[in-house]
Amino acid sequence: MTEPTENGIENMETAPLTSSLASVAESAKAQREIATHSMGVGLEARGIHAWFGQKHVLQDVSLDFWSGTVTALIGPSGCGKSTFIRTLNRMHEFIPGAAMAGDVLLDGVDIYAPGTDVTKIRLKVGMVFQKPNPFPSMTIAENVLAGLKLAQLKIENRDDLMQECLERAGLWSEVKDRLDAYGGSLSGGQQQRLCIARALAVRPEVLLMDEPCSALDPGSTLKIEETISHLSTSMTIIIVTHNMQQAARVSDYTAFFLSDDGPGAMIEVGPTDQIFSRPKDNRTENYVTGRFG
Amino acid sequence: MTSPEKRELTTVPRFSDKVFRGIVTGGGLSSLIILGLIFAFLAYQGYSVLRSQGVHFITGSAWQIVQDSAGNIDYAQTKFGIAAMLIGTMLCALIAVFIAVPISVLSALFLTFYAPPFVKRIMVAVVDLMAAFPSILFGLWGFFILMPSVEYWAKLIHKYFGFIPIFKLEAPVVTRSPFVAGVVLAVMIIPIVTSVSREIFSQTPLDRIQAAYALGATRWSMIRAVVFPYGKSGVVGGAMLGLGRAMGETVAVYTVLNIVYKVNWHVLLGAGGNVASMILLKFGEAGPEEIKALMAAGLVLFLLTLLVNSLADFIVNKSGSKGR
Repeated sequence: MTEPTENGIENMETAPLTSSLASVAESAKAQREIATHSMGVGLEARGIHAWFGQKHVLQDVSLDFWSGTVTALIGPSGCGKSTFIRTLNRMHEFIPGAAMAGDVLLDGVDIYAPGTDVTKIRLKVGMVFQKPNPFPSMTIAENVLAGLKLAQLKIENRDDLMQECLERAGLWSEVKDRLDAYGGSLSGGQQQRLCIARALAVRPEVLLMDEPCSALDPGSTLKIEETISHLSTSMTIIIVTHNMQQAARVSDYTAFFLSDDGPGAMIEVGPTDQIFSRPKDNRTENYVTGRFG
Repeated sequence: MTSPEKRELTTVPRFSDKVFRGIVTGGGLSSLIILGLIFAFLAYQGYSVLRSQGVHFITGSAWQIVQDSAGNIDYAQTKFGIAAMLIGTMLCALIAVFIAVPISVLSALFLTFYAPPFVKRIMVAVVDLMAAFPSILFGLWGFFILMPSVEYWAKLIHKYFGFIPIFKLEAPVVTRSPFVAGVVLAVMIIPIVTSVSREIFSQTPLDRIQAAYALGATRWSMIRAVVFPYGKSGVVGGAMLGLGRAMGETVAVYTVLNIVYKVNWHVLLGAGGNVASMILLKFGEAGPEEIKALMAAGLVLFLLTLLVNSLADFIVNKSGSKGR
């Protein structure tokens, strides 16, 4: 078994700095790119390994996530992308037999350090899942504020927060007249945006999105992508996606993961336009051009 | 605009499917038929008593058979009334449910969300074993272990809850009380209520559990926000199943309860009633007329159980769909 090392770091140090804006000419994106360097690294993964029981599923991934950027994780199924992001908010350990190695630094502090209150970590690193999962026993309004109740946070003006989160998630205009309806009464795309609003209400610094659009129709997908663009000005977003066009549309940086019968590993990371136009690794090129995967 | 006539949607099942359908239908109907036959038998046997006693059968509490010197029954003087037994049955069963449900829900939560795997395996086996225990063993436990110490408990409850009418203790007779019977029944139904609750808790959708944890929930706040809304109706169903069993339990109650033909609401007092146990008590030495009265009592218990279960079904259906 390979010992966890810090090899991956080399890749990363240069990546954000060499970002080129040439081929992607979206203005919002350009602004974010500029903001990037002033805000610094918000989340760092160093030498992450993951196991399920005896099975080594992720090997030595090191990746920095800059504040105010969107990083897309792409790669074929089973390459460890989802496992990787679940190590970033300690959801990985829910699966029985799950183990990990390496460090995850949030604002320079290891989230796996002994004595850490894991619930506080998850408040700072929010998550949106593949399948929309609003709480069906709660109304739309209650769903948005569910995190406050769950984490026993006190807040002054609940209605303002609720409206703000629904607005940021791009759902306010659609639900403002039926906030007392149950969460399950919304369409799939609306439910997913409700889940985003719910994640925003506890004011996370980082938002993890695990294939948030894979269960949605194209119209809803577009709305979610717009939401991601808006959110990324103020927070760090990490999105796992199988849809390469989506990665190209929403992300500033893209990391390509691959598993060659062994544990999954990160093959390459860089500015999104670079990964899609002139990747350094042959395997990345084959994947993004659709030759496999 | 006239809409076209709707077509009839038909299909011709294969022979093998017809055979299987017949077998399954037969199996399904047989339980209904057996239940119906029991009901018919009880109604047939108990009819004459119910007719002669009228509404007094369930409102009166006297149980006396008056015979003239020739040994003929004097129908005008003979009285059968099971009000005390019915109230006693409900009291004992409710005490059992009130004690058993919190304990069962807590152990189900422990087993589902807190217990380490090997503890869980052992405890699940033990709880299931408890459900299969012969009820007389619970009765014996109540008789030999619980009864000697019940005076202490009764006084304690009387001291702190005596202001509630049913916990008043007017005479220092505390053994063989509805309370003792209720505790014995509680122990008896804990396994089934735990088992049903555990089953429903363990079916809580994982994506909701994860959603709660991802929002910074502690285990307890996750349980409150996700598991309880999901499992509520199942727990009510389990409680009703337990209530039904407690109402119908015969031998365990017979062992620990003093059956008195007088309505007693004071659960700590050593005088109670129980339909099923009364039937057992009287059955051995009952003459033909009394047998009929016992059958009628059985019929009433049958109907009461049916009523309670339907009520439970209604409650579960009404509150159940939300939050699932």
